Amino acid sequence: MGTAIRRTPLHDVHERLGAKFTDFAGWQMPLRYTGDVAEHTAVRTGAGLFDLTHMGEILLSGPQAGQALDYALVGNASAIGVGRARYTMICDDNGGILDDLIVYRTGDQDYLVVANASNAALVAGELIDRAEDFDTEVRDASTEYALIALQGPRSVALLAPLTPTDLSTVKYYASYPTTVAGRPALLARTGYTGEDGFELFVAPDDAEAVWAAVAGAGEVLPCGLSCRDTLRLEAGMPLYGNELTTELTPYAAGLGRVVKLDKPSDFVGRAALQKASAETPARKLVGLVTESRRAPRHGYPVVDPADGARIGEITSGAPSPTLGHAIAMAYVDADRAVPGSALAVDIRGTITPVDVVELPFYRRSS
Amino acid sequence: MSTIPDHLRYSAEHEWVAVSDGIARIGITEYAAEQLGDIVYAELPGEGDSVTAGEPCGELESTKSVSDLFSPVSGEVVAVNEAVKDSPETVNSDPYGEGWLFTVRVDGDPDDLLDSDAYAALIKEGE
Repeated sequence: MGTAIRRTPLHDVHERLGAKFTDFAGWQMPLRYTGDVAEHTAVRTGAGLFDLTHMGEILLSGPQAGQALDYALVGNASAIGVGRARYTMICDDNGGILDDLIVYRTGDQDYLVVANASNAALVAGELIDRAEDFDTEVRDASTEYALIALQGPRSVALLAPLTPTDLSTVKYYASYPTTVAGRPALLARTGYTGEDGFELFVAPDDAEAVWAAVAGAGEVLPCGLSCRDTLRLEAGMPLYGNELTTELTPYAAGLGRVVKLDKPSDFVGRAALQKASAETPARKLVGLVTESRRAPRHGYPVVDPADGARIGEITSGAPSPTLGHAIAMAYVDADRAVPGSALAVDIRGTITPVDVVELPFYRRSS
Repeated sequence: MSTIPDHLRYSAEHEWVAVSDGIARIGITEYAAEQLGDIVYAELPGEGDSVTAGEPCGELESTKSVSDLFSPVSGEVVAVNEAVKDSPETVNSDPYGEGWLFTVRVDGDPDDLLDSDAYAALIKEGE
């Protein structure tokens, strides 16, 4: 710590757009431009443009790059087809989640690992250590990429004229090396909003040109981190630090499906995760809805409406711009985690009724 | 840079006050509204409630966060802006006008409020 706050190559663009900034994981990032609700709604109904340069990028390249990741992560990286991507996690020896990641296989011997900004340095360090005995190069390439995300149902229409790649052939969770506005880009159909969309990995020097081309392609609103949080919450997507922590295994977080216990190789955390897979977690991650306009927020107690006994804790919560009422995610005692259960949340002293619902809160119509 | 009208006075908690004929009209500043983001819920004091300068008397909730509303003056609440309860976004779009929050009957001229220059300096300091 104590290091200077980092700015993305798009900082001047954001300033010209009148962004309000926030310090996030050592970066000065746009929090919002026009307004959270307008930006949120643009992504749900049209298109929004995000600067996500704070995310970490780690490159692995070499004959054993896939095997190194098979050992370092809980997923089966060597089974990912070239050009495809997977959501996965990196755990410690106890099976605790160090970060959730997207792994892109960009070539036969090449992988791109995208880590959360807050964990980028830790993940890079772990991958370098864990790959030591494998024939692969591992490099923290975070400073070599700007990341621009275009999200929303109009993304294909906006991006298609700017790239020679036929976007109708780009599947969800796939990536293509191509050009956007004449600049080299890795174009990936991924995102964190619950909408269709693309993430564009470009050189920092090309970021401004690519941003300008996409922003000028039609009706698209620049969007900040504030609406990104309500978008991912509506989509029921976990956020590291809220729903995912080192104290939890993927099983405890309800994401045991990402752990590939049957993969042929050993991997970090395997013994602990094997054990965790057979246990029933004491608490489960659930969705909560309330008719109240006051939202449950991170850290608020979930209580038994009958006697006020504490039965869980809110991990994320906000008024949902799409649904018009407050939504939250929480870990609650497993026997109270059944959808339809009537629970309550202590919202700054007021016991507020909530109902357990299936996640996600919002699913786009396909 | 947000607007800070000359004719109003301000609290360090980012409320504005306009006193006329012993009635103080109160709202939050444009700066405060920008910091909060889109306000989606306003809990205001009730008519007849007694409020104390510097004490919380309600709350404003945005998609991003929730924050206490402090009364910048002491006295009895005379009127509450019911329109803001139904359309809290008015606080963002017109914080010094239609987005006023409540009025309080005050005894004399309230102390400890800032003029627009002092409030502008306070914001600058915080940035």
